[in-house]
Amino acid sequence: MTRRRLVTALLVLAVVALFALPLALDGGAAEYAGTDSQAAEAVEDSGHTPWFESVFSPSSSEVESGLFAVQAALGGGVLGYVLGRLRGRRQTPRQAERAEDAGP
Amino acid sequence: MHIAEGLLPAPHALGWTLAAAPFVVHGARAVVREVREHPESTLLLGAAGAFTFVLSAVKLPSVTGSSSHPTGTGAGAVLFRPPVMALLGTVVLLFQALLLAHGGLTTLGANAFSMAVAGPWVGYGAYRLTRALGGGLMPGVFVALALADLATYVTTALQLALAFPDADGGFPAAAGKFLGIFAVTQVPLAIGEGLLGVLLFRVLVVNARPELERLGVLRPAATPEEAR
Repeated sequence: MTRRRLVTALLVLAVVALFALPLALDGGAAEYAGTDSQAAEAVEDSGHTPWFESVFSPSSSEVESGLFAVQAALGGGVLGYVLGRLRGRRQTPRQAERAEDAGP
Repeated sequence: MHIAEGLLPAPHALGWTLAAAPFVVHGARAVVREVREHPESTLLLGAAGAFTFVLSAVKLPSVTGSSSHPTGTGAGAVLFRPPVMALLGTVVLLFQALLLAHGGLTTLGANAFSMAVAGPWVGYGAYRLTRALGGGLMPGVFVALALADLATYVTTALQLALAFPDADGGFPAAAGKFLGIFAVTQVPLAIGEGLLGVLLFRVLVVNARPELERLGVLRPAATPEEAR
């Protein structure tokens, strides 16, 4: 394994560990409420009530998580497309060179 | 870091909208200029927007027992400077406000200010400072993404404290309370985002060297050492 690959693997491992550790450490005890809703609760506890409703609200948490997945998929798709194109662009001239070398 | 729809009192909602609007308009012009003058940048612009799109959709657990999401705005700020992210970040927020009931239209200005203006500028500042002090590209990218993320949440906490000062302790007490909710949870997430940014730039350095050189992220004569 080259040094470059090793560093990449370690970075990926560190990111995964960073988000897996909290889940493993508390043994499923915490509920992981969103900080957004915690802040909204803290505000509403102080007596303030929201004065405007969302124009559109997903009808259930399943629909909501689906829409979040759509957002992630759109972003992931575009990011993957761009990185794939950049990588392809870098490799094409190389293959052309190789084809020339193999020629008569 | 989304302040929920209707949560901010009307004067605050209006004030933050007015504060964020010039940045977003300027950002829109920066994006148009970039695409017109350098059509080859479109791919990377797409990558910067997509990176923010993915990261802000993923809610991650944190050591504090609550969950939150990264912002991904630091990457675009390093590549294209912060104004571009003012537009791209706001587009993401608008998508979430309209389709996910996450954040809101009345709070769009406040959320855009924290995620699309404050975050990118702090991240970019940290990046420039790191490079000026002799730090390499990767340390610069790490602090840019981590601090853009963290600064966004600190800004949100301060916005809420400004709108809802504590009955006894006033602004400082409220700031402490909201920072306790947002900033502490965000620290491990910010570190994770910094590491993700390093991964992204490791791919870009190898595959998008001409663009990075033109954007001034890499020096034209950079040695392959920098790619590691």
